[in-house]
Amino acid sequence: MTTSGPQTQRLIPKWSAGYSVVAGFLILLVLGLFSIVKMELVVNGLFLGAIIALGAIGLSLIYGILNFAHLAQGDFMTLGAYIALFFLGTLLPGMGLESSGLGPFTFGYPVFIALPLTILAMVAIAIGLDVLIYRRLRRRGVGRVVLAMTSLGLAIGLRGIVQVIWGGDTYQYPRLSKAFYQLPMGIRIPPDNLFIGVLAIVLVVVLYLFLTRTKLGKAMRATSDNMDLARVSGINTENIIKWTWALSAGLAATAGVLLAIFQAQLLPIMGWRLLILLFASVILGGIGNLYGALVGALVIGVAAEVSTQWLNPAYKIVIVFVIMIATLLIRPKGIFGVKD
Amino acid sequence: MDLSGIIGYITGFAIMAVIYAIFSLGLNVHWGYTGLFNIGIAGFFALGAYTSALLTTASPDPLMFEDYIFGGDLPTRLGFWNLGIDLWFFVALIAAALVCGIVALFIGFLTLRLKEDYLAIATLGIAESVRIIFLNEKWLANGSKGLYRIPKFLGELVSPQYYDYLYLGVVVAILIVLYIAVNRTVKSPWGRVLKAIREDELTTQASGKNVFNFKLQSFIFGAAIMGIGGALYAHNVRFVDPVTFDPLLATFIIWTMLMVGGSGNNKGAILGALVVWGIWTGTQFLPGFLSDPNLRYVMVGLLIIVVILLRPGGILGEKRVISRLSETQPGDASPEI
Amino acid sequence: MSLLTVSNIVAGYGETEILHGVSIAIEEGHIVTIIGPNGSGKSTLLKAIFGLVKPREGQVLFQGKDITGHAPETVVRRGLCYVPQSSNIFPSLSINENLEMGAFIRTDDFRQRLEEIYLLFPDLAGRRKDRAGTLSGGQRQMLALARALMLDPALLLLDEPSAGLAPSMVGSVFEKILGINRAGVAILLVEQNAKEALQLSSWGYVLASGQNQLEDRGENLLSNPDVTRLYLGG
Repeated sequence: MTTSGPQTQRLIPKWSAGYSVVAGFLILLVLGLFSIVKMELVVNGLFLGAIIALGAIGLSLIYGILNFAHLAQGDFMTLGAYIALFFLGTLLPGMGLESSGLGPFTFGYPVFIALPLTILAMVAIAIGLDVLIYRRLRRRGVGRVVLAMTSLGLAIGLRGIVQVIWGGDTYQYPRLSKAFYQLPMGIRIPPDNLFIGVLAIVLVVVLYLFLTRTKLGKAMRATSDNMDLARVSGINTENIIKWTWALSAGLAATAGVLLAIFQAQLLPIMGWRLLILLFASVILGGIGNLYGALVGALVIGVAAEVSTQWLNPAYKIVIVFVIMIATLLIRPKGIFGVKD
Repeated sequence: MDLSGIIGYITGFAIMAVIYAIFSLGLNVHWGYTGLFNIGIAGFFALGAYTSALLTTASPDPLMFEDYIFGGDLPTRLGFWNLGIDLWFFVALIAAALVCGIVALFIGFLTLRLKEDYLAIATLGIAESVRIIFLNEKWLANGSKGLYRIPKFLGELVSPQYYDYLYLGVVVAILIVLYIAVNRTVKSPWGRVLKAIREDELTTQASGKNVFNFKLQSFIFGAAIMGIGGALYAHNVRFVDPVTFDPLLATFIIWTMLMVGGSGNNKGAILGALVVWGIWTGTQFLPGFLSDPNLRYVMVGLLIIVVILLRPGGILGEKRVISRLSETQPGDASPEI
Repeated sequence: MSLLTVSNIVAGYGETEILHGVSIAIEEGHIVTIIGPNGSGKSTLLKAIFGLVKPREGQVLFQGKDITGHAPETVVRRGLCYVPQSSNIFPSLSINENLEMGAFIRTDDFRQRLEEIYLLFPDLAGRRKDRAGTLSGGQRQMLALARALMLDPALLLLDEPSAGLAPSMVGSVFEKILGINRAGVAILLVEQNAKEALQLSSWGYVLASGQNQLEDRGENLLSNPDVTRLYLGG
């Protein structure tokens, strides 16, 4: 009796698609060895990609289960970063918790307190918005475009709230100067980035285990496949939906905080600017496919950073946009596309 | 403030409201009549404004630290052919419409076969790309410094203190022309096919109509209208820079206008523009922190959500568009009998 | 008291009314089939019973309790399970996971039930870890049935179980249905394949234009010349 592949077959890439991505990275490695491509950019791109991946996975979850384009995902990230700023800048110091420079990192241990608090706050906000707004629209049976329009309104509303409370200017916080790790091929990695990478990997693994080993996780995958049948099986899909918002918002909040650490600055429009990167990742990877979102994000991150070797950095978004359009034209299903 | 001051203020307000009404009309063609989810209006706004500005601005003066390399200087170049009535203005408007139309053709061709929300992201990308290109390619349009010697249409005819009244007349006249044009188009056989596509795309496709072509034509038409709006804006404010086309003021507010007024309804589009622009400018008279310009962002977002939740049809909305905003879309769930 | 009594159901979608007052009943352990032309409302009737469509008028009594318009999540807890006509499995989940989802609301250890089901569906047992999306049409139908049985229901609602299947598979599906019934599960069947279905049924209803047209014992309907002409293809 043979088992033809584990039940995670959907999450594991189809051979051709997987190979092409691996091949792509190998080519980059070779180019780096010959100094055609600066490996530092590739590595930086991977870290950026890790951050984008967290947001993109959340986006993909919403696509899969709620079936619409969540245009406020970027602003969920922004809001997460600013809420963390509130905890770190106001609340925690007010409670006497302040420090900086934990070990090799530029940030201190309060970040480890602020992050879970931020995630809780964002989860509450996301579920609140679902109950107040999205659920009503679901009951009415509105189409996916209206849901997307609603999220558009929320996107701008949330950004407005951030601007009202924290002002519209860039918030630059003084960064401690910390030693970089030196690697061959001229790669220097700030320890902060290592933290970002490790945290992203941990979150992805935890999510994977949740979705494949727990009853609730399987129910989420089932609902993503076929919501009606899930209801028919007795699954409380309204609960699943709340969990979907919780996971997406939690991931987005984390991504926002990590982005702030990565860039050492916050800016109300930062999430919105990332929206194109998020959607490009999801489209490249294949809508409804979480692994696709992850891989897509890494590819997009690397492409964006590597492009700066030859192009004005301001054009990163344009390059990503071109990749997205190319995907939609050549292979609309994306690399690992399952759902339409 | 004395009476002439108030009238002056109202005139300025009205000009912007009418220009926004034109954008709203263009969006109505896209969304109200064809169901195209365009959130990159800022892109067409910018293209229209910059096209008209570049065509008509005088050549760059290096002494003034102007980095751009080409100024059309149309008023001077046309010279005699202006026929004394500043025909260059209309040439610029048409050029703006053309450029937007061509870009719409290109983008539409690439993306209209896809689902509506993909189109949304694509239009967003266009708008962002346009903004980034104009910001960074200083040789194109002076980058962040912007173009600020945009000529006045019929500037010699009237003294500066009364000019706004003239311009108001101009934009109103153009709005009326566009309104009639859109109305005629909607009632034409072409418009009827569009309506059929909106109600039941699959059946219309099955009956042999090339749905894609109709959508593309509609996309181009709406974009051209937006281009004209952009050009009118450029000659009103007579200064354009990439920051002007901030998504809030150049995309979201127009969506709010259309939704408040009633999508699918041309009069609604115009009414919505007046109402929302009134609310927008009115906020500056509110006391205390309520006049915080950042609050406007919240207001715009709130308006969109409130309209969708409570009154999807807007003020003048038609029933069939209400059903689009509030009930299940064909293709979302087809009950098996 | 019948296991299920449906009285004068009026139901539809949006502004359209499909069922204009339909009544049926089924006894414990029996097989009842509903036949009729396309668009007669057969599927809608099952959905109205199960709560996927809220009836506008009428009553649904299951085991004596009123479940009219109750949500599917509630109905399923009472021992009434439903298998939709199409898209009735979770393609990206494994067979095992599909069945797990079938047992979602069970609070006890369902593994024993799982093994019982695998005995009933040996074809599925050999491919537990395979993605359900890789199954053939006939196997999917089996999986769909198996999923619904995980809860040990008293009554199973089946919407056109033989739809879209190759003729060779149709026989096995009906055999399976008979097997399930023998294990004590009552079955309410909606079928296009009227002849095969009526052969197994103790009772049959003919539905047309959203109304009851005829009802009789299965064998009588089979030998009824009008029914044969109109619905059984002559």
